[in-house]
Amino acid sequence: MISTILIIGGGQAGAQAIDTLRKEGFSGRLVLIGDEPELPYQRPPLSKKYLSGEMAADRLPFRHRSFYDEHRIELKLGRQAVRLDAAARQVELADGEKLTYDRLLLCLGAESRRLSCPGAALPGVHYLRGVADVAPIRAGLKPQSRVVIIGGGYIGLETAATSRKMGCEVTVLEMADRIMNRVVAPSVSQYFAAEHASHGVNIICNTRVVCLEGQERMERVVCADGSHHEADLVVVGVGAVAATELARKAGLACDNGIVVDEYCRTSDAAIYAAGDCTNHPSPRFGRRVRLESVDNAFEQAKTAALNMLDRPVTHDRVPWFWSDQFDNKLLIVGLSQDYDRQVLRGDPASRSFSVCYLKGRELLAVEAVNHSKDYMAARKLIAERTPLNPDRLADGAQALKDAIESQS
Amino acid sequence: MARIIFIQPDGSRREIDAPLGITLMEAARQHGVQGVIAQCGGACACATCHVYVDPAWLPRLEPREDMEEAMLENAWQPHNNSRLSCQIQITTDLNGLQVTVPAQQAIT
Repeated sequence: MISTILIIGGGQAGAQAIDTLRKEGFSGRLVLIGDEPELPYQRPPLSKKYLSGEMAADRLPFRHRSFYDEHRIELKLGRQAVRLDAAARQVELADGEKLTYDRLLLCLGAESRRLSCPGAALPGVHYLRGVADVAPIRAGLKPQSRVVIIGGGYIGLETAATSRKMGCEVTVLEMADRIMNRVVAPSVSQYFAAEHASHGVNIICNTRVVCLEGQERMERVVCADGSHHEADLVVVGVGAVAATELARKAGLACDNGIVVDEYCRTSDAAIYAAGDCTNHPSPRFGRRVRLESVDNAFEQAKTAALNMLDRPVTHDRVPWFWSDQFDNKLLIVGLSQDYDRQVLRGDPASRSFSVCYLKGRELLAVEAVNHSKDYMAARKLIAERTPLNPDRLADGAQALKDAIESQS
Repeated sequence: MARIIFIQPDGSRREIDAPLGITLMEAARQHGVQGVIAQCGGACACATCHVYVDPAWLPRLEPREDMEEAMLENAWQPHNNSRLSCQIQITTDLNGLQVTVPAQQAIT
C-alpha cells in the first residue's frame, strides 16, 4: 500500500509528477519539498522575457497556490532536503524535520558549472539558474553597461540577446571554434553568430578565460591570449552538472547523473528520479543519456509517477529543445550523434532552414531555424523511424514529410 | 479580468476569471484546466495547449501567425477553429470567450 509519496525538487519534473499522480488517482499524502521559496515555476523565461522585465514574476509559477490546496499537496518550499536514508525510507530537512515515504521521487535538477579560475568569486560574476539569480543580473543590465558573457551556449546566447536588446554593450567569449558547438551543426552556429553580430553582439570564439581581475569587484576578464575585456557585469554559462549529492550520499548509483532504468527507477526500488539529474536509457537511440530540457523533465516525471503507482510504463521519447535568440526560434528534435549524413534544407539567407541528420535512410535529428513545419514533421518521422529518401529530403521546397521513401 | 469558459476533455465546464495581459494558456495552466498541457510554456514549440474556439468568437481573435499555423498542422485533430492558447492574449474583448479542450494533445 502506497500511502505517502515525497517529491524532492520543485522544478518542471516535480510539478509534472504532482499532476500525473493526482490525475491518475493517487489520493494519499503527497509532499513536495523544494529548496527555493517560490511556488514551482518555469525556468525558460529566466534568460529571456523575465530577465528583460517584460514578464512579471507572477507569470512564472505553473499553478496558483489554490491548485495545490485543491489537490491536497503539502508544499514544503524554501526547505532543503539534506539527508536521505534509503534503508529507513526517510528524508531529513535542514531544519531537522524528518519525513518517511513509501515512494520517493528525486527531481534535483542540475547546477551551473562554476568557473574555477582566479577571481571567479569576485562580486559581479553571475550565474543564471534560479529566479533569485535574475534580479542581481537585471540590475546591472543598463544601457551602455559592459556585459561579458562567458560561454556561447543556450543560456549565454539568450542572455546576450536579452542584454543587447536592453541596450548593453555585450561580448560573448567562447572557448570552442564556434558557438553552440556541442548542440548544433556549423551552419546553424554560423547563422546565429551572424544574427548576434548584426544586432551588435561581439562574439569571440577560440578564446579561453584565464582570470577575472578587479579590486572590490570584478572589473575585467582576461583571456589566455593576453586580451582583456572590461566588464561591469559577467554572466557565466559554461554548462551544468547533475545535482546528485543527496542521492550519492544515500548510496544510490550515480554516474553523470542519478542512474535510472527505463522506468525512471534508481538503484533503490522505492526511489525514482526524473529530469536533468538523471542518467537514463534512451531506447530510441540505443544508449544512456543525460538531458537538460523541459521536455525530458516533463516526460520522465510522467513516467516515474505512473511507475510509482505500480503502472509499468517505459520512458522512450524523442527529446526536443528550443532556444529563442532575438527574433529567431531554434527548434531541435532528436539526438544527432552517430549520423552518417547531414542534409541542409532551405537557404540560411532566407532566415528559415533546417539541418537533418541521417543514418542511412533513418532520420536521427533535425535542427530547425525559424522552421516549425520541419520540426513538427521530424518529431513524428524520428519517433517512427520512417525510412526517408535523402535526395528528396534535400529539396527544401518539398515538405519534409514528403521525403518518405516510397514502398516500391 | 475577463471571464473565460473552458469545456474540459471530460465535458465539464470550468469558468475562470483571467487577468488581462496574460495568455489564455497561462490562465488555463494557473488554474489547472484539464488537458491544457503547455509543455513549452508559451514558446510555440510543442502544440500541447491546443484548444477549439467557439466559432462565434473566432472573428474577435487576432489571426494565426505562420509559426502557430505550422504547429497546428501537426496538433491532435486540428479544425478550422483550432488555436494554440499560448498565442491568444487575454483582453477585455474576450470576456465570455468559450473554448473546448481536445481529448488529446500532440505529443509524439
